[in-house]
Amino acid sequence: MWRRSASFILDKYQTTQNEAVPSDSVALLPPLLSASTAVALQNPDFDRNMSMSAYYQTPAAHHGVVKSDWLAQAREAATTAVGPEVAASVRSGRTFSVIEEFNSWRKQPDLAEAVAAIRALAAVIRNSEANTMMELEIELKKASDSLKSWDTTSFSLTAGCDLFMRYVTRTSALVYEDFNSAKSRLIECAEKFVEISSKARRIIAMLSQDFIFDGCTILVHGFSRVVLEVLKTAAQNKKLFRVFCTEGRPNRTGLRLSNELAKLDVPVKLLIDSAVAYSMDEVDMVFVGAGGVVESGGIINMMGTYQIALVAHSMNKPVYVAAESYKFARLYPLDQKDMAPALHPIDFGVPIPSKVEVETSAQDYTPPQYLSLLFTDLGVLTPSVVSDELIQLYL
Amino acid sequence: MDARRGAGPRAVPKVRQVGFFTRNPNPNSPSPPSRTRSVPPNSNSPASGNSLSPVMIPPPRHVSENLSYLRTTAAVPVPYSRRIAQEHVTVVGSYNPADSVLGETLSPSFLDDNSDASTTLGWFSRSGSGKLAAASSSLPSGGFDLTAVKFDKFCGLEDKKQSQIPEKIGGVAVEAQNEVPSSSKPNKAKTTKAERRALQESQRAAKAAAKGEGNKSAASSRGAAPAKPQKQPSQKKDDPLVALSIAASDRKGTDRPPEKERKKEVPAPRMQFDDKNRVEKAKKRALVNQTEARNRVELFRHLPQYEHGTLLPDLESKFFQLDQMHPAVYKVGLQYLAGDICGGNARCIAMLHAFQEAIKDYTTPAEKTLVRDLAGKISSYVSFLIECRPLSMSMGNAIRFLKNRIAKLPLTCSESEAKASLCNDIDRFINEKIILADKVIVRHAATKVRDGDVLLTYGSSCVVEMIFLYAHELGKQFRVVVVDSRPKLEGQALLRRLVAKGLSCTYTHINAVSYIMHEVTRVFLGASSVLSNGTVYSRVGTACVAMVAHSFHVPVLICCEAYKFHERVQLDSICSNELGDPNAIAKVPGRIDLDKGTNKENLQHLNLMYDATPSDYVSMIVTDYGMIPPTSVPVIVREYRREYLLI
Repeated sequence: MWRRSASFILDKYQTTQNEAVPSDSVALLPPLLSASTAVALQNPDFDRNMSMSAYYQTPAAHHGVVKSDWLAQAREAATTAVGPEVAASVRSGRTFSVIEEFNSWRKQPDLAEAVAAIRALAAVIRNSEANTMMELEIELKKASDSLKSWDTTSFSLTAGCDLFMRYVTRTSALVYEDFNSAKSRLIECAEKFVEISSKARRIIAMLSQDFIFDGCTILVHGFSRVVLEVLKTAAQNKKLFRVFCTEGRPNRTGLRLSNELAKLDVPVKLLIDSAVAYSMDEVDMVFVGAGGVVESGGIINMMGTYQIALVAHSMNKPVYVAAESYKFARLYPLDQKDMAPALHPIDFGVPIPSKVEVETSAQDYTPPQYLSLLFTDLGVLTPSVVSDELIQLYL
Repeated sequence: MDARRGAGPRAVPKVRQVGFFTRNPNPNSPSPPSRTRSVPPNSNSPASGNSLSPVMIPPPRHVSENLSYLRTTAAVPVPYSRRIAQEHVTVVGSYNPADSVLGETLSPSFLDDNSDASTTLGWFSRSGSGKLAAASSSLPSGGFDLTAVKFDKFCGLEDKKQSQIPEKIGGVAVEAQNEVPSSSKPNKAKTTKAERRALQESQRAAKAAAKGEGNKSAASSRGAAPAKPQKQPSQKKDDPLVALSIAASDRKGTDRPPEKERKKEVPAPRMQFDDKNRVEKAKKRALVNQTEARNRVELFRHLPQYEHGTLLPDLESKFFQLDQMHPAVYKVGLQYLAGDICGGNARCIAMLHAFQEAIKDYTTPAEKTLVRDLAGKISSYVSFLIECRPLSMSMGNAIRFLKNRIAKLPLTCSESEAKASLCNDIDRFINEKIILADKVIVRHAATKVRDGDVLLTYGSSCVVEMIFLYAHELGKQFRVVVVDSRPKLEGQALLRRLVAKGLSCTYTHINAVSYIMHEVTRVFLGASSVLSNGTVYSRVGTACVAMVAHSFHVPVLICCEAYKFHERVQLDSICSNELGDPNAIAKVPGRIDLDKGTNKENLQHLNLMYDATPSDYVSMIVTDYGMIPPTSVPVIVREYRREYLLI
């Protein structure tokens, strides 16, 4: 069995420089060239160009293949809806809205949702006309509630709002100061938080280096900035490893990640989402990000994480989660249906009859017993420590 | 730890380990320690685990006989030559003497019943058919329960070799006797580090208490038989009943402040009711005249077990004679005894109210300080209540809180001030830790009820009932399955109340739980207490329901106030439990009593009150600090224990 032997690295050195992917890649999925991928994402005819085995060619001809990139569409829609001029006018005008503020922050590519939320709340403080601490607190509460109700499915948004509110209500030092200095202090704290959160990714990347050994194969699901940072750092540290990326239907986040990794010269292999179990015996560890980390120590993440964790658990492969501590949320889902489902449209490429129901949930919940470790900026934690940290933070 | 491992990979009888002292019956027996390790190869079978099933009730022996043996244990010498001979046989017999469950207490009976070897032989061949339960109950009352247990194990090991059993019987039977000398050694070796430490600490305390009594040497020679009898009385000097560690440690603590801290860390060992010496001592001091149950069930001898029938009228008649007991406390005690107050919260609130009454009527005697005298008074009340019914852990926590408040009273405050502040504290405890906590729990748990849910509950928990009613008030559409069990049938009352409020309910007994479970979406359970390792200590049957729910992938929610959390760790429900009225399970209305027509000597009733649910089966604990996983119980205990001790 291929394991811990760096045979694929040797293969790599033998092959030419532009063949970034190991030579034993499945014929079904030809190696994606890093340069072409980005173009292909935008190109609706991308899939047509792929070579397919004869068996798959016929069904593809009948049903067509997925053409549109949902993510790109959605992003386009988002940008047209809240144009920069709208946000600017809002900020100057009387009708200040947290949600728009939040959205304008969110457009920054490197900013996490929770950080954007905190930035938005800081803007609320800045624009506030409150005269007392209590008034400001009520205003903030209202803003964070509206922000939370705007998107109930986003856990890091909820967590970020809660965290900041916690700081506001808890910091006893604020009570003794005069109002204006307290206000500036809160804004300062929000800025600091942003700084901390960007540092968090670095910390996590450093912490996880000990777990990536030479010659290992890492399975990655979805596109997570933290995971990317982890892999990037590992590549910079001259670690020799290869990455399996799942495709990440329907928004193809896996393609995006493989694109990024290919730029770093990391050997990448793309898998369709249903090939996880098939390739799990080659995998040494599973690395996933998290949309939210809940009280039980489980994670809420992109659809498919749960089944990957189940497969990995049954094959005794470790599942590592990289998540910043501001994603910890005081929520406790008991099962998959126990949270407000985040819905996203799924394009099947063919018209779906109206009688056919489509499962459009975008997230699932992975219970803690299937996770091995959580890499957070607080350290490398077992799932049960999450609750410990949350209790200390919120109670 | 290592010693335990050395005894072989088989399931070591933890039963005796956790709650027990090693009573060394034969100090001068030079039993070779290597024997423990000479495990025959085929004894490594994991099947030996089933020998300890608490369900298996070994046959009875005369209690008096047993106890007299206990006392003479140390005096019984064992001829060395014979032991060697038996040792030789051991290997043939193929089982590990190290796991002698009952060896220490029972071994003498084997010596005496040596001549009965033929009986054993006969018995073994009879039960070779594999009908274990039948075989064990048909055992002669002469007392071979060790063999019975052993045989169980043996059977597990040698299942495939059943045909060979008759040949091996001789070996096994003799081997059982061989238990006698060796039992002391393995048991001693198996005490864990923590246990040894606890023992040492308690002995040090005892030594300090018994200053001037000249038995200092006793304390140092730990584990040796002669040390025991001296140690125990000395420890009992100032405790009327050492049944609960709180009572013991706190009382001592107030007397000797420097020792207090140490005592707090290491709780005094619980009273073991199979220790005749101490039971007698406790009896002398006891207010309540308790008659001991005659038929005690093996494995549960260490629990307090008394006949309930005679106690109540006896106490009632004494109502006007007991002047040192406050009437309110007396009343509560009687209510406990009669079973009028049951349920953790109700008992705790009743007790605290009684203490409040007592504190209101309290006047400090001349030449005494309130702090010390009142603490002593409370201790005596507590010991009275313990005699009526063993305390629950939540009550222990409440008592600890009250004692702490008393101890923390400023010396300068007057008596009336002190009393008012204590009453206020009790009110606050009841309000914050019980009533408000329940409200918060209900609020939290109701978020987990969705439309179309089928909720299952077991027995009758007041918090769970409040949750159902609250969710119903919120207009959620759900169905309730009430699972119940004999002999208490507490679920019927719950069912009646729920149906009266208009909830749609299903009522079933625990026998049908696996049938009903597939349609259930949530299981809500109450708890008597939640222990540090996440183990839930609750009404007997809860573990069964939780296990079935777990195997059906139904989430199990435990609803429990945080004041019921306890820092103790418990792995099973044997070492600490409460025995109910044994007759309750024998009597089924409309049926002939089980007792009738059977020989009373070989029929025992085991009516356990609680069981321990392992944390694996628990999905979530709903508490006043929110919804937490069972792994976070120690966090709550660590973070908040201090808070309510120092309110």
